[in-house]
Amino acid sequence: MERRDFIKAGLVACAAGLVPLTGCASGGEAPSAAQGASGKRWALVVDERKLNRAGVLDRIIEACHKAHNVPAIEGEKTAVKWIWPESFEHAFPDIASTYVSEGVEEMEFPMLCNHCEEPPCVRVCPTKATFKRPDGIVSMDYHRCIGCRFCMGACPYGARSLNFDDPRLHLAEIDPAYPTRVRGVVEKCMLCSERIDKGMPPLCAELSQGAILFGDLNDPDSDVRRALAKGFSIRRRVELGTGPSVYYIVEGGEQRA
Amino acid sequence: MARRKLTLIFIGVFCLIMVAPFILGAGKAHSAPELDLNTPEIAALDVKECIEPVEYMRSSHMTLLDEWRNDVVREGKTDYVSSSGQVYEMSLDDTCLSCHSNPDAFCESCHAYSNVELYCWECHGLTDDGVVGKG
Repeated sequence: MERRDFIKAGLVACAAGLVPLTGCASGGEAPSAAQGASGKRWALVVDERKLNRAGVLDRIIEACHKAHNVPAIEGEKTAVKWIWPESFEHAFPDIASTYVSEGVEEMEFPMLCNHCEEPPCVRVCPTKATFKRPDGIVSMDYHRCIGCRFCMGACPYGARSLNFDDPRLHLAEIDPAYPTRVRGVVEKCMLCSERIDKGMPPLCAELSQGAILFGDLNDPDSDVRRALAKGFSIRRRVELGTGPSVYYIVEGGEQRA
Repeated sequence: MARRKLTLIFIGVFCLIMVAPFILGAGKAHSAPELDLNTPEIAALDVKECIEPVEYMRSSHMTLLDEWRNDVVREGKTDYVSSSGQVYEMSLDDTCLSCHSNPDAFCESCHAYSNVELYCWECHGLTDDGVVGKG
């Protein structure tokens, strides 16, 4: 075969090979992340002033951990937490100022899973143990978790904990209404999906005396949207593009002249 | 000649070893596991039937539980409509174990017999009466 014929034949073969590949480029259109299949997008709006005035955060954390059988383990690396308090400086290091007011400095912010619009933990999970429900809740199937901790590395909010030990050894009493976990499984806040499925609000919202609002971000008339429309709200690490669903309303009552 | 003799002995010993388990085990057949349905909850039932026919539960309870898990965890569903039209909550703890409150006897008897290790109780097995199962 001549060199010229060889190249020609090669080009023809390449072109023929490309045709079946074009079908791979665009599969079915995935529904937009913000507009889940159910049309809902659950979110929490924390009114910081109300929450700190009510002083119920400690009680909320205790009740949440008790209701979900979250083991009480000491130690920064081994602790298991679904919701925990943090100062403004640590909650929002990217916007923290050197000279914050005393009121802001003393404020406690509840930290929990942000149930992101684009959850990085879901992206990295090799077993699909972590997944996003159609209503926006980032949930977990503990049966599938292999404890690889990719999600813990991916989560920019530190909202995930690994059970380094058998959690039942660290539970003073077990609430029979919720399963426990096992050693080697990652866990986190699930936005009380078991309560939401029964038509109840998350436990933290219920116990907050109105300081934590729960609702559908896609509904302009929902409590959360109305609260967000009224005040000044911030979210954690928005610049990463994760689209967190937990909003914090801070001092925002200023009136325009 | 000697070699042929050795071969025959080898074949004889080999066959003997191979059939030894059958000879030793002859007449010692394991009886099928007996299911313990003797719980106060079942005794209190008027009609003693499970959520689906017994044959289906025997052959396919694992499929049913797998479907329940995916429905509850992934789809957020809670209700199961049985073939008879009854509605049950899809819950190992609240539905299955509310009647079969003796998983160590009920579940384990078959699973031990068929050498299938159950580890449901590491997380589940939490009923109102406390923790059931081997934990």
